[in-house]
Amino acid sequence: MVDTIRVLVAKPGLDGHDRGAKVVARALRDAGMEVIYTGLRQTPEQIVAAAVQEDVQVLCMSILSGAHNHLFPKVTELLKQKDASDILVLGGGVIPEDDIPFLKENGIKEVFTPGTSTEDIITFIKENV
Amino acid sequence: MSNLDDRLNAFGEKVAKETTKNPERKENFVTGSGEHVERLYTPKDVEHIDYIDDIGFPGEYPFTRGVQSTMYRGRLWTMRQYAGFATAEESNERYKFLIEQGSMGLSVAFDLPTQIGYDSDHALSEGEVGKVGVAIDSLRDMEILFNGIPLDKVSTSMTINAPAAVLLAMYIAVAEKQGVTPDKLRGTIQNDILKEYIARGTYIFPPEPSMRLITNIFEYCAKEVPQWNTISISGYHIREAGSSAAQEVAFTLADGIAYVQAALDAGLDVDDFAPRLSFFFNSHNDLLEEVAKFRAARKLWAKIMKERFGAKSPKSLMLKFHTQTAGCTLTAQQPDNNIIRVAIQTLAAVLGGTQSLHTNSRDEALALPTEDSVRIALRTQQIVAHESGVAETVDPLAGSYYIESMTDKIVKQAEDYIEKIDKIGGAPKAIERGYIQQEIMDSAYRYQKDIESKSRIVVGVNQFKVNEEPPKGLLRVDPAVEVRQKEKISSLKSDRDNSAVNDSLNKLRKAANDPKSNLMPLILDAVKCYATLGEICQVLRDEFGEYVATATL
Repeated sequence: MVDTIRVLVAKPGLDGHDRGAKVVARALRDAGMEVIYTGLRQTPEQIVAAAVQEDVQVLCMSILSGAHNHLFPKVTELLKQKDASDILVLGGGVIPEDDIPFLKENGIKEVFTPGTSTEDIITFIKENV
Repeated sequence: MSNLDDRLNAFGEKVAKETTKNPERKENFVTGSGEHVERLYTPKDVEHIDYIDDIGFPGEYPFTRGVQSTMYRGRLWTMRQYAGFATAEESNERYKFLIEQGSMGLSVAFDLPTQIGYDSDHALSEGEVGKVGVAIDSLRDMEILFNGIPLDKVSTSMTINAPAAVLLAMYIAVAEKQGVTPDKLRGTIQNDILKEYIARGTYIFPPEPSMRLITNIFEYCAKEVPQWNTISISGYHIREAGSSAAQEVAFTLADGIAYVQAALDAGLDVDDFAPRLSFFFNSHNDLLEEVAKFRAARKLWAKIMKERFGAKSPKSLMLKFHTQTAGCTLTAQQPDNNIIRVAIQTLAAVLGGTQSLHTNSRDEALALPTEDSVRIALRTQQIVAHESGVAETVDPLAGSYYIESMTDKIVKQAEDYIEKIDKIGGAPKAIERGYIQQEIMDSAYRYQKDIESKSRIVVGVNQFKVNEEPPKGLLRVDPAVEVRQKEKISSLKSDRDNSAVNDSLNKLRKAANDPKSNLMPLILDAVKCYATLGEICQVLRDEFGEYVATATL
């Protein structure tokens, strides 16, 4: 029996666009994962605390405001400090191609941009968790 | 009709035979919102619709055909491009560029800290300053933003909600410095907090004090800024969050009902404030469904204002609206294709009788638009206005069996939703329970599933794909903007008269605790002494508390 994959879906920063985050959360839930959604306006500290407390294997973050280069690395840095770097961290939203290498260097395993199928995200999680 | 019945039966039988041999492309045809579409619409589908009562004449109740009698033959819609990024200096340059290119009104985009009432030096503003709009911390930024733009000549729309009173006060103060009195000012503040709770997310205070701020603005502007549209009740973001067309109409008008009720409860007269209510809708890809949606919204609002609220002035019954093309339909793949989508959405908005329009730029699924992309977006409106011919007669699609039957269907679906929301206790209660958010989310999820199963085709995304290079030359906001804004705040705080600032903030705090007091004049005083947006909002946060959303999936 395989353990259920636990996922935290989070919205860091002040951005209020959460259609994508919610659609992904539902799709992961429909795929049999246990999903917790943080709601809007989470600080990196809050996200990391929730991820550790909920003992998740996957953290999905979505930003459409352009603050990803600032906020995503802050989260991965804090995860490191909490000895939680084993959590698979994924990013999504309006993120220019050029920014993706920088984010990957900073611990974001994969970045999913507009037009991504939720199936691709599910497959990626199953293969990498 | 009996002859028509016979012919329809015969036609049905003939087509049934044909389609057994050659089936149609799909078993079930649906609109962009997933509504069933018949093969053919005939007079049968509109026989219950009365021309005089249900459709009528433009500029007359129920305004199905438009709010003016001559529509675009009199004056074209206002071409208004939403813009703003980085600092007030850079945004001011973009506005001047847009005016040179033939833009007829300004539309200010504020960054997220401004929209949520934080100064650029607040911890939560880190990384967000100047990103999705211009950073405004004090009247000093606002003076730069409108430098060289005569405020008695332009109309300005400001996408600002929770701190709308503060930004409106800054606008009035800038005008005063230009020698323009408030009665000359024309424009709109979005000021629609309910849809922030539903879909957009830039709320600050809980519903009750938020509704008070909104009615304070209604009351103040009715006297002092009479040409100002005090609210733009927005379906745009509800649709962007994934609602259907009928849900967009229903939830927007339900919010509208709540605002009217709040103003009546505060003792205002309906015909004093209702003429300054305006609306804001989305224009999606399904051209004909969208046209029907705009017509349905107008008709239903007129009925609500007349029958439910007893409004007498024709201006109180008119649903005037701004439109923006649908950001959620733009694809990051093959971005030039977005120009075509925006053109279709522009046609829908114009055929639906919009009063003003923002056309999105092709690169907005990737970043903020470049000047070249903004120019094409504006040119799209100009081509529809001057070359397509659709603006030459009023409501040209009226009388189409499909359009009229769909207009009627959307009215009925929206009325059903409004009835449900009334039973829950009105829009604020329905939002508190998460009912509206849940309905939207269900639609959004269905839409995504349809794309993934390819029952809905999105060109370049799930069909007709190509391998493409990542786009070059995207607009980027310089991170140094944040540093510059922080420096501006600290120099402001050492230059201004800090005792005057404290005095004005103390007065505001006191008034906030007196529910009878109108906060607008006090906010205006604070703004004029260069109290920052963050300082003013902090006083209100202290007194009103902050809204905490319940996360629903």
